[in-house]
Amino acid sequence: MDQLLTISFYGTAIALIAVGLYAVLAKKNLLKIVIGLSIIDGGLHLLFVAIGYVKGGTAPIFSPEITSNDVMVDPVPQALVLTAIVIGFAVTAVALSLVIRLYRHHNTASIDQIKNLKW
Amino acid sequence: MIWQIIILIVLIILTVGAAIYAVVAKNLLYAVVSTGLISLGLSMFFFILQAPDVALTEAAIGVALTTIIFIITIRNTTKYEDVSDKKKSIERRKND
Amino acid sequence: MIKKVLVIALIAVIGFSLMNVMLQIPFGEKRETVGDYYLQKSPQELKVANSVTAIVVSFRGFDTLGEVTVLFLAAMSLASIMYRRKRKGDIEIRAKKPSSRILQVGAQIIFPMVVVLGAYVFIHGHLTPGGGFQGGAIIATASLLMLITYRKFKVNHNTITWIESIAGIVFVGIGMTGLLKGLTFLQNFLELGELNSLLSGGIIGIIYVAVGFKVAAELTGVIDTVLLNNRPDNNDNN
Repeated sequence: MDQLLTISFYGTAIALIAVGLYAVLAKKNLLKIVIGLSIIDGGLHLLFVAIGYVKGGTAPIFSPEITSNDVMVDPVPQALVLTAIVIGFAVTAVALSLVIRLYRHHNTASIDQIKNLKW
Repeated sequence: MIWQIIILIVLIILTVGAAIYAVVAKNLLYAVVSTGLISLGLSMFFFILQAPDVALTEAAIGVALTTIIFIITIRNTTKYEDVSDKKKSIERRKND
Repeated sequence: MIKKVLVIALIAVIGFSLMNVMLQIPFGEKRETVGDYYLQKSPQELKVANSVTAIVVSFRGFDTLGEVTVLFLAAMSLASIMYRRKRKGDIEIRAKKPSSRILQVGAQIIFPMVVVLGAYVFIHGHLTPGGGFQGGAIIATASLLMLITYRKFKVNHNTITWIESIAGIVFVGIGMTGLLKGLTFLQNFLELGELNSLLSGGIIGIIYVAVGFKVAAELTGVIDTVLLNNRPDNNDNN
């Protein structure tokens, strides 16, 4: 029972990835596709940080009250996810500017009607 | 001990429910606000997993900046997902 | 209709196989990783209290340089995609009506406090949770508040470009100074203070201050580019 509840962290991350993947594959509005990409990013970050957790551990900061026999969680996945969040925001911003440009050119925001991909 | 399990279940339902609603919603403004709600739920998850740096970054970037960029895109493009939804909602507003 | 059923089947297969793989990694067990070495070395040899900051700036500092470059590229490409020449008849306005009185008075009071909070977060990045990226995002949110409330509030793009360039040069310059003194790139050459004091960690505090300035200026430029674009006067989609 206790173990089932702690495995639910992995389950939430995989559910977020699955929902985001459905939005990318089966939706027709361009903005919904970009929202799906942002949701996939969130699920991946949760999966990374959940791998580095140690039971009974505390945050990896050496404040003056920490004695020398405390267990700390793994700090390396947190450093990687810090970079990944900022880069995910930058990619979302560039994708949305492309959406605005496409709308100004074709006057529609649905990928069914943007068809003239010329050689 | 029982409080921790209740809080965890409420957080899971909030995050996954907001994700499903963000994909299904027809009014794009509601979908964007749900994306901000997903970022808030994820920030609480990071706090439970003893990672304060990551929680600060996700709360600062995911809630404020991503939402404003999405709203500016909605201002420059359409507000509804289909054009037929716009006509339906205009008719519904006339009948009120 | 058949396409949606196929997509749901594909996602079910992917989710099921991912869950099978993740069930073999037990949750919360202590393993022997490279994080143990960083946790041991960070308070004793580098004298930095926040070990995530030590990893981001000192042990894996080259990746932070790459991330700063990627942010710069994204801001530049955003500005170049949304560029539009001013034609005659274009109106450069953000909102049609002025905002309410409560918002104007409140924004005047809150704006200096949020800027001070953001500066506190990136100056004390090596002692408490925080750092350059978080502080920069907080300052960008403060300037977004002012841009929404007042229609005449302008951000000078020349000033932003100068701040961003000087902060980037300081970052690379500190790395090069380490190289010129005979050590490796981005190695510490100042003296280390004591644990949990403001001047500890050598060059880590200075690098994070430079990164905080750079990220704040960049994100303010991105928000300003996106909010203020000239469009002709036919708006019927609100």
